[in-house]
Amino acid sequence: MKSAVIVFPGSNREGDVARALAQAGSKVEKVWHAETELPSGTDLVVLPGGFSYGDYLRCGAIAGRATVMDAVRAHAARGGLVLGICNGFQILCESGLLPGILMRNANLKFICHRQFLRVERTDTAFTRAYDKGQAIDVCVAHGEGNYTADAETLNRLEGEGLVAFRYSDERGQVTTNANRNGSMNSIAGIYSETLNVLGMMPHPENLIEDLIGGTDGRGLFDSLVSSVARAA
Amino acid sequence: MIRNDVAITPELVKEHGLKPDEYERFVALIGRTPSITELGIVSAMWNEHCSYKSSRLHLRGLPTKAPWVIQGPGENAGVIDIGDGLACIFKMESHNHPSFIEPYQGATTGVGGILRDVFTMGARPIAALNFLRFGEPDHPKTPHLVSGVVAGIGGYGNSFGVPTVGGSVGFHPRYNGNILVNAMAVGLARTDEIFYAAATGVGNPIVYLGSKTGRDGIHGATMASAEFDDASEEKRPTVQVGDPFAEKLLLEACLELMQSGAVIAIQDMGAAGLTCSAVEMGAKGDLGVELDLDKVPCREEGMSAYEMMLSESQERMLMVLKPGMEKEAEAIFVKWGLDFAIIGRTTDTLRFVVKHHGEVMADLPIKELGDEAPLYDRPHIANTYQAVIRPESVEAPVSDADALLRLVGSPDQCSKRWVWEQYDHLILGNTVQTPGGDAAIVRVEDGPKGLAMTTDVTPRYCEADPVEGGKQAVAEAWRNITAVGGLPLAITDNLNFGNPERPEVMGQFVGCLKGIAEACRALDFPVVSGNVSLYNETNGQGILPTPAIGGVGVLENVSVHASVALRREEDVLVLIGETTGWLGQSIYLRDVCGREEGAPPPVDLAAERRNGDFVRQLIRSGQVDTVHDCSDGGIALAVAEMAMAGGIGAMITAAPDNMPLHAFLFGEDQSRYILAMDRDQAADILYEASALGIPAVTLGLTGGHSLILPGGQAISVKDLKAAHESWLPDYMAGKA
Repeated sequence: MKSAVIVFPGSNREGDVARALAQAGSKVEKVWHAETELPSGTDLVVLPGGFSYGDYLRCGAIAGRATVMDAVRAHAARGGLVLGICNGFQILCESGLLPGILMRNANLKFICHRQFLRVERTDTAFTRAYDKGQAIDVCVAHGEGNYTADAETLNRLEGEGLVAFRYSDERGQVTTNANRNGSMNSIAGIYSETLNVLGMMPHPENLIEDLIGGTDGRGLFDSLVSSVARAA
Repeated sequence: MIRNDVAITPELVKEHGLKPDEYERFVALIGRTPSITELGIVSAMWNEHCSYKSSRLHLRGLPTKAPWVIQGPGENAGVIDIGDGLACIFKMESHNHPSFIEPYQGATTGVGGILRDVFTMGARPIAALNFLRFGEPDHPKTPHLVSGVVAGIGGYGNSFGVPTVGGSVGFHPRYNGNILVNAMAVGLARTDEIFYAAATGVGNPIVYLGSKTGRDGIHGATMASAEFDDASEEKRPTVQVGDPFAEKLLLEACLELMQSGAVIAIQDMGAAGLTCSAVEMGAKGDLGVELDLDKVPCREEGMSAYEMMLSESQERMLMVLKPGMEKEAEAIFVKWGLDFAIIGRTTDTLRFVVKHHGEVMADLPIKELGDEAPLYDRPHIANTYQAVIRPESVEAPVSDADALLRLVGSPDQCSKRWVWEQYDHLILGNTVQTPGGDAAIVRVEDGPKGLAMTTDVTPRYCEADPVEGGKQAVAEAWRNITAVGGLPLAITDNLNFGNPERPEVMGQFVGCLKGIAEACRALDFPVVSGNVSLYNETNGQGILPTPAIGGVGVLENVSVHASVALRREEDVLVLIGETTGWLGQSIYLRDVCGREEGAPPPVDLAAERRNGDFVRQLIRSGQVDTVHDCSDGGIALAVAEMAMAGGIGAMITAAPDNMPLHAFLFGEDQSRYILAMDRDQAADILYEASALGIPAVTLGLTGGHSLILPGGQAISVKDLKAAHESWLPDYMAGKA
């Protein structure tokens, strides 16, 4: 498996996700935003967390229009896997690969804390290592993670089962208290219609070792590696 | 536009913060009347912030050497060897005055400045910490300042991509008009890839890198060298504006350029911007510097030489490059979208020459600008010492349970979660101990090593007895690193004091330094970098003397460490260290009895070292994994914090009959640790301690859902937590 991690000016979690991918057994190549093509043989494109272009204009707005994004859109259109985490999710929404938008957190502050997520489905390339309804313990670190979409989009996401993760408590209960950034329907991550693009605010890549808080994030990267192996 | 031939009047000299005798000294030095640009340059170099003119004499007494010290004070940051070819580079710096005037931007640029100090030396920053002091909670400005400073620290560090892993937040009326914002950065480099400021070689290109120069921050360093009054708000335009995005690009570009082998010397443009960086590079390398300001990238049109030389625009660097590598260097900066301009060259004249539009605007002797700065041995008087308060003389106004509940929810002792949740403390995936422990622990790359780090000082102790307070600040940093299993290696100090022209303030400074030096020597814990912030005074009211200590230690195997959280039921709690029930200057006396008085607890440095070495060995050998140091609030607060962190109750059974119970529970005797372990282990450890002559007693047992004090008073852990967690969020929401 080969992963391409896109680096924009201001990306800052590219190393964290590269470490998680390598741990799961993927080859990882970092790709500069000004490139016009992805490395040949790329199975997975990752848009990492950070503050691309300093969050100027809107989070992800400038990166969503970067040169490399044409290649990423083409990769997605071919059915290739794309994962956007945090700022990467914001970029996916801005680039038109996913619907909706990430607004300022409900408390108008940046928040960094451990967070449980309920895994909504386990038949995708991203989540097959998890159990359905499982509560996984990861973390969030964002100022604009408040997922917002119009009613029609929300209905479609829910109706087609495109919600990937919801903020929950440790038992997997989706509660108002667990939804600290104020996201609609407690949405923490969504899939594209064809399930090959995932955008999520939380950081599974920071929870991959017992020494550093736990290993619940590993399932996502293990799922991707095994999915690619299975498809090959 | 300021012309260079403005007449130099006594008023103009005064506005530049120079005393008449200092100005005369400068005129004598250059043998003529200076131009306005030259006056600006000397005011920048000779102000308190840059010249350390009141403090230099006393800083010489600090121990700065150890076999593991690679670079002590005098560079952008201190450097220590942590083994395996790796160096830890760190420093702490204040941004007090700007943060009071404009809290968000003041704090962001404080963080930006200290990160730049660290990566200027070739290190990638791996952690940030801070030390914050605000006025009393009831002061109308306090919530606004807390909110702005915290958002600013987060706003910069989060975007830059460094985890903010630790710090200290406190409140006191003496900071009402003068808050403290001290930021610390810790970075990693290979020991053979460290970069310094000293220029070498004649005729080498001097290169300007990073953001463009604007009119912001002019006279920032001069502002930081004067007292405040009610008109200080008018100084808002002198506060700089931070851009963490530019800094992140600057970091990546600088590290990439350093790898290319093109860099001879590098200095960030911090206080007094281009002036200070250019003079330091030349003076340290015994070279002259010639600058052509026509080449400086400017944000605004029509900037004068005076303005360019004094601008404190952020995210800028100055480098001396190897000749012939200019093109390669420029390509790297263009890739990162940053400005790159050759603005001068090194010379053999030992002159600092500044040209603009073909005219010489300044021509000054470069060594003298730095080395010949005024040096003062300011008068200082020793403080009047306060009497020792005997434990029996303090009556308990409320029950011990009520006192404890009050303390866990007090402004200084409550949970600071509201603060550190606004900081990304998890990025880089190496944070082993998150905020809330005794010291933060960050893994070094992929391990097995780790670094432990902390910021500490107890200002009320320093006020009551500067020497003991100085000792205690160092000892507490050493203790906090020890309590997680780290071997303390070195400190950075951020010396925040009032107006040094007042003998009693100078007395506090001299006293604290004496205590700091003594403790550093006794604990093999040298000072490798630091910052002095004087004139922290508003309308004649000085702050509490606050020499913040930033300590760093190493863990050889980071997976073997201790934390404060109780992990098991039926563990035995063991107290290491001697308890006399010292209530003088304690939090109990202040916040429960309403008395801020008495002599602070003395630190026996020999006992400190002995007790700490014993505890560290227990952690390193894997015998103990639950440790908390005993500081503010004594045994009772320490055990409460251990219970809250672990969600497990405890019973304190020890109750000596030679002192009042509240003195035993809340006294702040130093050099103490509380450990939790199983019964067999406890028996062994108590035996071992007694064989070594180390005071150790069984304090109690863990278990249940409540904290039970001697005599049976109980508080549920849930109630403790509710009080502990609610004060700050309620206060910030206007409810407390």
